[in-house]
Amino acid sequence: MTAAPPAPAPAVTAQPMRDVFAETAAAALDADPRPVVVLADVSADRFTDAARRHPDRVVNLGIREQSMIGVAGGLALTGMRPIVHTFAPFLVERPFEQVKLDLGHQGVGAVLVSSGASYDGAHYGRTHMAPGDVALLDSLPEWTVHVPGHAAEVPPILESALRGDGNVYVRLSERGNAAARPAGPGTHPIRSGSGRSSGTVLAVGPMLDRVLAATEDLDVTVAYTATVRPFDREGLNRIAARAGQADVLVVEPYLEGTSAHEVAAALSDRRHRQLSLGVRRDTEVRGYGTPADHDRAHGLDTAGIAERARAFFLL
Amino acid sequence: MPTAPAFTRYADLPALSGLMTGDEKHRSAAESTREVLWVLYDRVLDVSPETADDPDRDRFLLSKGHGPVPYYAVLAAKGFIDLATLRRWAEFDSPLGHHPDRTRIPGVEISSGSLGHGLGLGVGTALGLRAQGRTRPRVVVLMGDGEFDEGSNHEAVAAAGRLGLDNLTAVVVDNSSATHGWPGGIGTRFSAEGWQTRSAPGRDRSALDDALTRPHRGRPLAVVARVRPKG
Repeated sequence: MTAAPPAPAPAVTAQPMRDVFAETAAAALDADPRPVVVLADVSADRFTDAARRHPDRVVNLGIREQSMIGVAGGLALTGMRPIVHTFAPFLVERPFEQVKLDLGHQGVGAVLVSSGASYDGAHYGRTHMAPGDVALLDSLPEWTVHVPGHAAEVPPILESALRGDGNVYVRLSERGNAAARPAGPGTHPIRSGSGRSSGTVLAVGPMLDRVLAATEDLDVTVAYTATVRPFDREGLNRIAARAGQADVLVVEPYLEGTSAHEVAAALSDRRHRQLSLGVRRDTEVRGYGTPADHDRAHGLDTAGIAERARAFFLL
Repeated sequence: MPTAPAFTRYADLPALSGLMTGDEKHRSAAESTREVLWVLYDRVLDVSPETADDPDRDRFLLSKGHGPVPYYAVLAAKGFIDLATLRRWAEFDSPLGHHPDRTRIPGVEISSGSLGHGLGLGVGTALGLRAQGRTRPRVVVLMGDGEFDEGSNHEAVAAAGRLGLDNLTAVVVDNSSATHGWPGGIGTRFSAEGWQTRSAPGRDRSALDDALTRPHRGRPLAVVARVRPKG
């Protein structure tokens, strides 16, 4: 008689992404005349020293989130490179028309860096949750979207964003993986299945360790990406082509199905099945508690992912 | 005997506007801004087709993007737009639509149409110039009193006042079109936030010129240009 297998570990590691972001942004202000940090009180305490060194390039507008984006658009019109930061719902959802018009429609770009992710601040409730942020930005063309899974992935992402001129969204979370992975464009195989494998799991950012734990007894390839827009269609297609089946399970830390249309386009040349896991969209989960409670409620803990992965791949 | 170039004078604006037809809905909004636009481009702003990309140019941001006919007419009179382009306005492939698109018209600083976006963009532009040490250029934003209803303006008015953006000017063309009005006058909303506030008859070109050019040190300037109420 064998013992029951131990319950899977939570597979979530605390990540100080907001602190690392603030340090990286402050260093960028020292190194380059173009960046300007635009704030609406949130995290202003992390920029006190930088504001002293660069009084004209750390702008705290108070709690004025529409103006944050408008100001960023105006700064970009003069050739500056704005870094705009607050909690995700107040950065993307509240000023969404400013995001659409004051950046994209003006033909200028900014780097939007959010904190709080889907429910890092679970105890604050729904007002501070933004599972729809990436889907909302996905309604606009030409955005680059990064979802780092480890604090050490944040500096290269931010530095690369600051070198460009386009619109970039960096979605920080305080919860991620034990190890940093390649954070730039591309889909990176982390654990390869056999030639007869059941398919591919694409883990986005902070979901990787949970996906690895949830699928360790399945013959599947697990791939990682921290850059979901533009979506690496070719890379996913290549990985899916090497698996025994072209079936793909995508596990994202935000609204379920956000990347489903990209996966469909990536695999349009081959017969396949696909399934999307993410924050449920059929109901508003009105809980407080901890992020782990919300992982369970959305089936995004290791057990929930394992159950649905088995149902999908072992059909 | 030298002759004046065609269609470059204030008196030519009606003829230039006449090349554009089909925006009767916004006629009163359009008519209300003609003198302000002319005074800005003729006497106040340091910008021309030759300096339209100069980082030290003055910036004019038309926030009230509806009724752009006099704007296009003034840009044509000043050489930013040619006459043939005016005749094709609002066609699918024309750069000129019922709301301006900065990516398609030389010299147009912002794309506008949805109300309440220009002042925030203006605050950012003023901050960007300040951060670059460009102290000479002015940033002038033209708004309407109805547009002022949008809450985004109130964020921007407060921010600009507190940040002491003396390179920023807001011109509010007040034709009493705001549904609930502005008791005490729109100017009080700016002065309470630390702006220098002036008003001028919106059809009086020399009064507008004076209000826009008298010094206002250390704080942003708001000029309320009163015109006949929207009929």
